[in-house]
This record gives sequence, C-alpha cells and structure tokens, in this order.
Amino acid sequence: MIPSCFEYHKATSIADAIAKLQDNEDAKLLAGGHSLLPMMKLRFSEAPYLVDINGIEGLKGISIDGDTITIGAMTTESELIRSDTLQQYCPLLVEAAKLVADPQVRNKGTIGGDVAHGDPGNDHPAVMLALDAQLVIHGPDGERTIPANGFFLGTYWTALDEYEILVAIKVPALKSGTGHGYHKLKRKTGDYAVAGSAVVVEMNGDVVRDIRIGLTNVAPMAIRAEAAEDLIRGNRVDDVLLKAVEKAIVAACDPAVDLRGDEEYKSHMAAIMARRAIIQAIENAKE
Amino acid sequence: MAKQAVSFTLNGKTVDVLVEPRELLIHTLRENLNQTGAHIGCETSHCGVCTVDIDGESVKSCTLLTVQTAGSDVKSVEGMATADGLHVIQQAFVDEHGLQCGFCTPGMLMRAYRFLQENPDPNDEEIRWGMSGNLCRCTGYQNIINAVKTAAKNLQQA
Repeated sequence: MIPSCFEYHKATSIADAIAKLQDNEDAKLLAGGHSLLPMMKLRFSEAPYLVDINGIEGLKGISIDGDTITIGAMTTESELIRSDTLQQYCPLLVEAAKLVADPQVRNKGTIGGDVAHGDPGNDHPAVMLALDAQLVIHGPDGERTIPANGFFLGTYWTALDEYEILVAIKVPALKSGTGHGYHKLKRKTGDYAVAGSAVVVEMNGDVVRDIRIGLTNVAPMAIRAEAAEDLIRGNRVDDVLLKAVEKAIVAACDPAVDLRGDEEYKSHMAAIMARRAIIQAIENAKE
Repeated sequence: MAKQAVSFTLNGKTVDVLVEPRELLIHTLRENLNQTGAHIGCETSHCGVCTVDIDGESVKSCTLLTVQTAGSDVKSVEGMATADGLHVIQQAFVDEHGLQCGFCTPGMLMRAYRFLQENPDPNDEEIRWGMSGNLCRCTGYQNIINAVKTAAKNLQQA
C-alpha cells in the first residue's frame, strides 16, 4: 500500500517532460496512474522521480480529419466511451473501453497509458493491432510516427525509448464495408482478460478482402494472429474455415499459466473469442 | 523527501496540507484531515471503498497522489448531508437496507451520487455496471440496487 519515496514534478509541456526524463535517472511518466501507482504501492516499481503529464495542454482530446481520427494519449477511458466521434466513426474503441476496468478506473486511466504500459493483459494493444493504429511519439530528437504493429515487443516492453512520450494515437475512421468486434473472456467485471480478441474486417460482398486479428493476454504481449488472417483473406467465412482459423489461433498463442487458467484453456479461449469477434465483425460490416 | 504544500477544496472549504509526494489522497483525507468516512479495503485498486468525487468524477482515492489534487474540488461522504438532514441518496440506503457493516457505504454513496448525475434514470443492469467499481461483502448488492433506484426516483421528484 505504501510506495517508496520519490520526487514529483508536474510537467508544463511535452518538452519539459522529456527534459525531466533526461535529467533524472529512472524517472517515470505519471499518466492516469492506475497501473504505475498500484505497482509502486506493491514496490514492484520504485521510481525515484515521477513526471506528471496530466497538466499538459494538447495531450487530450479526440479529433477527426478526413479518414483519420487522432486521440490524445491522455484521453481517459471514460472520454473514449462518451465520445460522439468514436461512437460514430470508431465504435470498436468504445466497445473495448467499456470492457476495461470499472467506472472509477476509467475516469483516470488513459488510452496512452494502457498502450504504453506494455502489459499483455491490457485491452487496447490488441485493439490497436486490429485497427492498424499509428502511434505518434515525441522524444529529444523530435517526432516520429510508428505503426502499432511492431510496437509491442514483450511484457512491459515496447518500442518506446527511455526519453520518449507517446503523445497521440491515430486510427482510421470507419469505412463502409468494414466491420469490427471485440470479445473478452473474463472472470468478472474489471478483471483482465483470460483471453480476448479484437477483429477488423473489410468485406467485398461475402468475401473478406482484408482482416486483422489482435489477441489479448495469450502471449508475452498483444499479438496479431497472422496465420489465421492469411487463411481468411480473400475467402468466404464458413464453419469449415472457422475450424481451421481456430487451430491457427491456438498455434499462435503462448500464454502464461496463472490463476486465470493453463496454456491449453487460454489458447482455446483465444480461438473462441476470435471466432466470435470475426463473426460479429462480418455481421456489422453488412449493416 | 521534501514535503509539498497542497491546497484543494474539500466539501466546499479550502484545505491546506503539507505532504510527501508519495502520500495517497485517502491517507491525507483520513489521517491529516480526519475525514474517516472514506475507507481502505484493498491495496490493488479494486474495492472502491475509498471512492470520492473529484472535479465531477468518481475516483478511487487510494490510487491518486495528494499532490495531484492541488486545486481540485473534492467531495467526500461527510459533505453529503446538509443542515436539512440526510441527502436523498443516504436516506434511500437507510430505507432500502442498502448497508450492513457500513464499511463500503461511504464509497457506494459517493459513487451513487455521481452515477445518478451521469444517468438519472438507470435500469438495474445500468446500476450494476455503473457501480461495478465498488465491492460489498454484506448485502449481496440487491438492496444497494434498490437503494440507487429509490434514490433516482426521489431525486427526480425533488
């Protein structure tokens, strides 16, 4: 319950935050604080210096420009759920955010923190993979934008460098003929997934022109089920194909064994969640 | 570690405290300001018995640093009742037997206070989902659902 001592700085700008990260060894950015503070309260993390980025202008908010939606990294889960823009143009993010934690946690926890934490249990990473999101990152050398696919390198390990800040997330606005689904198996409301799957499809009539399948909590990090995608792409989805897809997803999984279940159970549940998400995505692509 | 002066509004009054950066808001409320209605039921941010209202949102005060509340408007259960008596939501918990040991009650009340502003006319399912950040060991939740429903009805008539 009691964190170790640390120094606290409320950053006034992105540049100020980056400078403080550079000036203070092992400094950590404080966003919503609902992963970092719990780790500090258990002394899993003993960061000696916290840079609070809650007061920085421009890290919040959701805007749409043409086919691209830009979401500030400090936008909270509650703000995602309330967003008219997302409800209309990226409902997958709204549906996924409703399955994250509980109302109080969603008032503080941010989409950027969820993504940057690198915990395989978090929901947004698989959603980012399914959406083919682009991550806007600021560092001492300026700005760079990288795809979410490739960002998640391992447990609590991402492509974010030591002195960098994830400042925004860009996702595509919904096009006609596209559909999405997120299915999450959990023991209770507020728990991390036993297994989860986020799916985005692009349909051409009954044929799946393109598909992206992200998997939650069944590997050291969120992963794309690429072999399963390859089986589906260019085909009509039926029961026979879905059986083969399930096998490919089980083969892609490498889950940790814990109180949520063993490898066999979690891998099988990942396949079931993906099957449901694929069917849902195809259904709502028709609407 | 040097202490920092922090000012915020608590139940309408400005309070000034001197805290280490690592001090959690729940500890400041309970130990420094002697507002012991908000409780502590876990150390993993699950139970919600520490819930207070900050700038119009329900927040678990065990997962927020006091230094982060500088300039905020904080409401705790002690601020609910007025000179006229219990808040409508408090009375509904009494009337519907929505508490037994009372340990989760301050957090439940503060969450219900905000939830009913977010959704003034909720159905049972919306109440259960809206209150899902608050655990209770005694009631089995049913009478809490009834209390929130009764409070919603009475607030709309008030």
